[in-house]
Amino acid sequence: MSQEILLEDMQCVYQKPATLTDDYMHYCPGCGHAVAHKILMEVVQEMGIQEDVIGVAPVGCSVFAYNYMNIDMQEAAHGRASAVATGIKRVLPEKYVFSYQGDGDLAAIGTAETIHTINRGENILMVFINNGIYGMTGGQMAPTSLFGQITSTSPYGRDVEHNGYPLKITELIAHLPGAFYVTRQAVHTPNTVRKFKKALRNAFEFQKLKKGTCFIEVVSNCPSGWKMTPKETLTYIEEKMLPEYPLGDLKVPAQNNI
Amino acid sequence: MKMQKSEVRLMKGNEALAEAAIRAGLDAYFGYPITPQSEILEYFTEQIPKRHGVVLQAESEVASINMVYGAAGAGARVMTSSSSPGMSLMQEGISYIAAAELPCLLVNVVRGGPGLGTIQPSQGDYFQAVKGGGHGDYRLIVLAPSSVQEMCDFVFDAFKLAEKYRNPAMILTDGALGQMMEKVEFPEEGSLPHQVPDWATTGKKGRERNFITSLHMEPEKMEEINLHLQKKYKVIEENEVRFETFEIDDAEIVLVAFGLPARICQKAVELAREKGIKAGLVRPITLFPFPKKILSDLSKKIDHFLVIELNAGQMVEDVMLAANGKCPVHFKGRMGGMIIQPEEVLEEIEKIIQQPILQE
Repeated sequence: MSQEILLEDMQCVYQKPATLTDDYMHYCPGCGHAVAHKILMEVVQEMGIQEDVIGVAPVGCSVFAYNYMNIDMQEAAHGRASAVATGIKRVLPEKYVFSYQGDGDLAAIGTAETIHTINRGENILMVFINNGIYGMTGGQMAPTSLFGQITSTSPYGRDVEHNGYPLKITELIAHLPGAFYVTRQAVHTPNTVRKFKKALRNAFEFQKLKKGTCFIEVVSNCPSGWKMTPKETLTYIEEKMLPEYPLGDLKVPAQNNI
Repeated sequence: MKMQKSEVRLMKGNEALAEAAIRAGLDAYFGYPITPQSEILEYFTEQIPKRHGVVLQAESEVASINMVYGAAGAGARVMTSSSSPGMSLMQEGISYIAAAELPCLLVNVVRGGPGLGTIQPSQGDYFQAVKGGGHGDYRLIVLAPSSVQEMCDFVFDAFKLAEKYRNPAMILTDGALGQMMEKVEFPEEGSLPHQVPDWATTGKKGRERNFITSLHMEPEKMEEINLHLQKKYKVIEENEVRFETFEIDDAEIVLVAFGLPARICQKAVELAREKGIKAGLVRPITLFPFPKKILSDLSKKIDHFLVIELNAGQMVEDVMLAANGKCPVHFKGRMGGMIIQPEEVLEEIEKIIQQPILQE
């Protein structure tokens, strides 16, 4: 019953975008970063802007994003990706510029840069991966960690009296007049991936208008930090993360503003 | 390129520095207000919109220096300025910039410290500027002006050196030089051409992607980067030392001072010579690279070095290293925003030469 399959008889129906390099990603199995990177680069390829886009990588698990994204990139100090992106965009205003940051980077150490970048309405895209934990340093509590979440620095669970509340930075910055487009997406199901892709496309299209900052939060997972199998993290996202961080648009440009 | 001197104006040091930067073809300035350097930011916010380039008041010095990183990485001729506490906040970013080998100009108009300190002039940030300041083994090219004219001229020199060596360059000056007014002759605009370097992140058009990073996880690679940087610093030390001397040919006691105190010391040398004391002066212009050789050579033929600084004694350590025990190295400093007077320096000279020299 064995059947020989010849490659030349096969039709290529799907492949990774040329905007991704051939490097092996260092991400843990099941991590949302890999999907987010691929979708981001698919959008860059489909829009034909590979030669005109400059990305900024953070400190965190995605610190090596520049190894995988086949575009010009800069690696920023912890928390400063949006300041670095500001520097790039101000001297290259006709290029597409994005920053890609995690929750510790964007919503803890980089909070001032996050707020002021958006308040100035810098014409950049900020991609914010929220997995509620510091992944790279070994699973410590993040500003976005959930109530009761057990991490290596909240071993008895996040306690509001001691550690405060999960920081909804996306709701906070959506109020700023400099924010043009603010949305919360996810990448844990085919449907959410499709919506994330649409949001990225919108954000790059909006960047051409020079009307303010586009901000996409991605509610993601961390199998290693959460100490779960990848499959278990998908349930955790649905049952725990999304009630705290509901998906959808927080701010969309009025039609007459586009 | 021979620069055309085109215009003479009476200006504050801070403003002269800012005007010079515009004439040097500055693409972008990012900064945050702090006394005694706010005139730099104010001058740029007034002039740049009418002329050329980008100026942005950032939310902090931390943001400023990281904006400088981004813009320098994108190939722009870029600078920031601050004063001591603000410069401390920038140190992490400066380390990243040095590690990623991005050219830029940093200006520290030093004020008295430590802590919030005072707004009066000081040289208390010598160690921070010359020995690193941030984490890791890196060096800045450090130029120390002593007049408003040099506040202008060193901007051109600093950009040239920064771009030649892909290294941040710093102008280390003080609150007095920033605030005082002197005659200054400006070079013509456009006399310092700038090309976008081929390593810059300008979009990967017709080439492989460029990326800028200071992260190298393999220790072998990180050591290689360090060796490369050290080799570069060595080349800088061999080629870019600058200093001035005054009355050193027959000198028995040589003063060493940088920046504004060098001018005070020149007066002190004149006062000493009037009294028949054979005094001289070496003024380091580049603090890194430090003028070791002239000091080492002098140490073999003079009786004393006297180092004068507006701090508790920082450059004196480098003078001691250069003298390497060949002659005594004395120190006199003022701190906290106080400026030393020529008479005080003379008094110190007299005290030293009246001491019997211990024979081995």
